[in-house]
Amino acid sequence: MEAGMVTPAPALVRFSGIQKTYDGEHLVVKNLDLDIRKGEFITLLGPSGSGKTTTLMMLAGFEVPTHGEIYLSGRPIKNMPPHKRDIGMVFQNYALFPHLTIAENIAFPLSVRKTNKADVEERVGSALRMIKMETLAHRRPGQLSGGQQQRVALARALVFNPQLVLMDEPLGALDKRLREQMQLEIKQLHETMGITVVYVTHDQSEALTMSDRIAVFNDGIVQQIDKPDALYEHPVNSFVAHFIGENNVLAGTVETVDKDYCRVALAAGGTVTARAINISGAGASTSLSVRPERITIIPDGSSSDGPNRLPAKVQNTIYLGDHALAVLDVSGNAEFMVKLQPGAHDSLTHGANVFVTFRPEDCLALDPV
Amino acid sequence: MTDALLTGGNASTEVPLKRRLRRAERTRQVKALALVLPLLVFLLFTFAGPIAGMLWRAVDDREVRQVLPQTVAALADWDGKDLPDEKAYAALASDIVAARASGTIAIAAKRLNYALNGFRTILTSTARNLKTMPEPGAAKETLGKINAAWRERATWTTIRDASGPITGFYLLAALDLVRNVDGAIVAAPPDQAIYRSLFTRTFIISLSVTALCLILGFPVAYLLATLPPGRSNLLMIFVLLPFWTSLLVRTCAWIVLLQSKGVVNDSLHWLGIIDEPLRLIYNRFGVCVAMTHVLLPFMILPLYSSMKAISPAYMRAAASLGAPPFTAFLRIYLPQTLPGIGAGSLLVFILALGYYITPALVGGAADQMISYFIALYTTETANWGLASALGAVLLLATILLALVYGKLVQGQQVTGGMKN
Ligand SMILES: Nc1ncnc2c1ncn2[C@@H]1O[C@H](COP(=O)(O)OP(=O)(O)OP(=O)(O)O)[C@@H](O)[C@H]1O
Ligand SMILES: [Mg+2]
Repeated sequence: MEAGMVTPAPALVRFSGIQKTYDGEHLVVKNLDLDIRKGEFITLLGPSGSGKTTTLMMLAGFEVPTHGEIYLSGRPIKNMPPHKRDIGMVFQNYALFPHLTIAENIAFPLSVRKTNKADVEERVGSALRMIKMETLAHRRPGQLSGGQQQRVALARALVFNPQLVLMDEPLGALDKRLREQMQLEIKQLHETMGITVVYVTHDQSEALTMSDRIAVFNDGIVQQIDKPDALYEHPVNSFVAHFIGENNVLAGTVETVDKDYCRVALAAGGTVTARAINISGAGASTSLSVRPERITIIPDGSSSDGPNRLPAKVQNTIYLGDHALAVLDVSGNAEFMVKLQPGAHDSLTHGANVFVTFRPEDCLALDPV
Repeated sequence: MTDALLTGGNASTEVPLKRRLRRAERTRQVKALALVLPLLVFLLFTFAGPIAGMLWRAVDDREVRQVLPQTVAALADWDGKDLPDEKAYAALASDIVAARASGTIAIAAKRLNYALNGFRTILTSTARNLKTMPEPGAAKETLGKINAAWRERATWTTIRDASGPITGFYLLAALDLVRNVDGAIVAAPPDQAIYRSLFTRTFIISLSVTALCLILGFPVAYLLATLPPGRSNLLMIFVLLPFWTSLLVRTCAWIVLLQSKGVVNDSLHWLGIIDEPLRLIYNRFGVCVAMTHVLLPFMILPLYSSMKAISPAYMRAAASLGAPPFTAFLRIYLPQTLPGIGAGSLLVFILALGYYITPALVGGAADQMISYFIALYTTETANWGLASALGAVLLLATILLALVYGKLVQGQQVTGGMKN
């Protein structure tokens, strides 16, 4: 994808000023502009009801945009029926045809395209090999486990080499372990086949694992579109900072702004220096965002005067195997999390008064929540 | 050591565990039985009992045996090749004299008349003319003089074939078959052979009605299953509306609509489409229209329930995989409605087979179905044996159909791919 960043590949799909309302009263999708490049794995991520499925359905042709136009390979497709769009789709509940066998299910898109018999057989065979289910070819979907059905749905959506594959929470019904395994399998398929994938999920870790780019949806608006690491490191607003990864919030008021940085007076007293990301200027209220792993705990007494150094009180410690969490009370936020090395939590006693410190570049001043 | 302990523990508890399981199962079975017992008893008395009774009447044949016991006994070892011997004539004479005294001649006469037209006259005239028992040894001659029929073999084979206690006579008659003088099964004479064509007619009418119901009901069921709930409920009320009025009222409404001075003919005439009124009722057309109307809900409801179970995601999936709407319908939607089509068709077909009132009211003489004749034989001519035999044949055909249907749907049982 790095190459794609240098010489932008032509957009395979372009949403241009898309709006959608079901009831004529409020917009489920508000002014969506989104380019999907050829060969990329893009994820639509957002809370429930934020309009992800609606966006996907408009692309697949099952919903009509109320306003705006969608372009596929440069051609407007608003009036193109779904079966002519050449878009493979994997549904949340798989939608495997219950009266057909696995092999017949996978052969379906080929047979409606009047592919000749030998060709169909060969491609179904290789699709079955790809999902490692040759032996189950003659079973019915009802006789498969959820994970197996998922694989068949995937094979069926890929077997006709569509120019675009859409997946709407395809792993939502699977348990955690199987989900993680399937995430890797889907990612691998994407890489080996070079297909373009639009993936919908409301699970942020799934999005971070799989995507080239993520579009964060909230309330019918795309908040930010970026690579996973950029979303995590440089969220443009509080919603994105909260939605992607763990996050500590401190409320405050901007005192002074100096180029990229600003001084913020915390509501509970004390001041910190933060990167000015999304603030209107001096005097504005703001929410500071600090990631748990960017914070250091300084046991009381060993004083070193840093720029961002706040008194804290240990509430609790949680051991999580590969790491540990300390829950502190910092400036009125009683759930301030700090990530520790495993074992480091032993030295913290409940109720102890300590200090927390973090670098100004790890503290983001964002819009107030 | 712990292993040994564990297996030892298992072995010693195994038997009681099994027994306990069985006991627990038994109490559950007893409870289940107790719950269905009232219905079972009810069905036994109102359904299984009458049906068994009807089936029994189709083969029951004891009238002649009761009225002419000595004759029946005397004919038991008759070879049927020649006229019976003097002993049989004497027995008949004695039976007739006794029956006349107790007034039971008519019972036997009616039964024998079914098998041989004119037997009633033979028997009653003989009874009337046989004042006293004939001289010993002269019975054959005396009876032969009273009625020449006693000198014919057919008269005697008729009595022998009717001597019961069970008979295939009615069942054969229901299939247009009779036994001839020599006891072989042959086709009934053409003027009596009406039942096969009657069964054929019944099946053809039922099939036409089933086909009409399917053609008309399928789109309605589809609409019902796909409309938003509010509107589909309203439509459902219209579908069920016919159930709220009596069958008789609905059938009579069709008479009002379809008769030659009826609403339809008047409208067509007024519109100038026809000059002469069309014949829409008291013929096959009227029967099919009225029966289709009455039976349509029985087609729509099973179709609706099978269509309701088909997730719209299937059609979307088919479209996204490149199937145009009609292909998707044919290859994805229709196959999944097959159980509904089968159930609805079977239901309508079986109900139509037994239809009585509607064809009786809106059909002509050539449109009466088997139940009309069953009713006729039960209530008018009191030929219960034949009525029961017709019913039994109909029942058998229906059961066969149901079995065939069962086999068909069993072969392609679908469990559905949607796990959640
Ligand atoms: N067919 C419909 N008719 C009316 N409103 C709808 C319809 N489909 C979705 N909506 C509304 O549109 C909004 C967005 O729905 P959408 O299905 O796009 O959300 P989503 O982001 O996919 O959520 P989830 O993560 O729960 O699947 C919701 O408020 C929903 O109630
Ligand atoms: Mg959704």
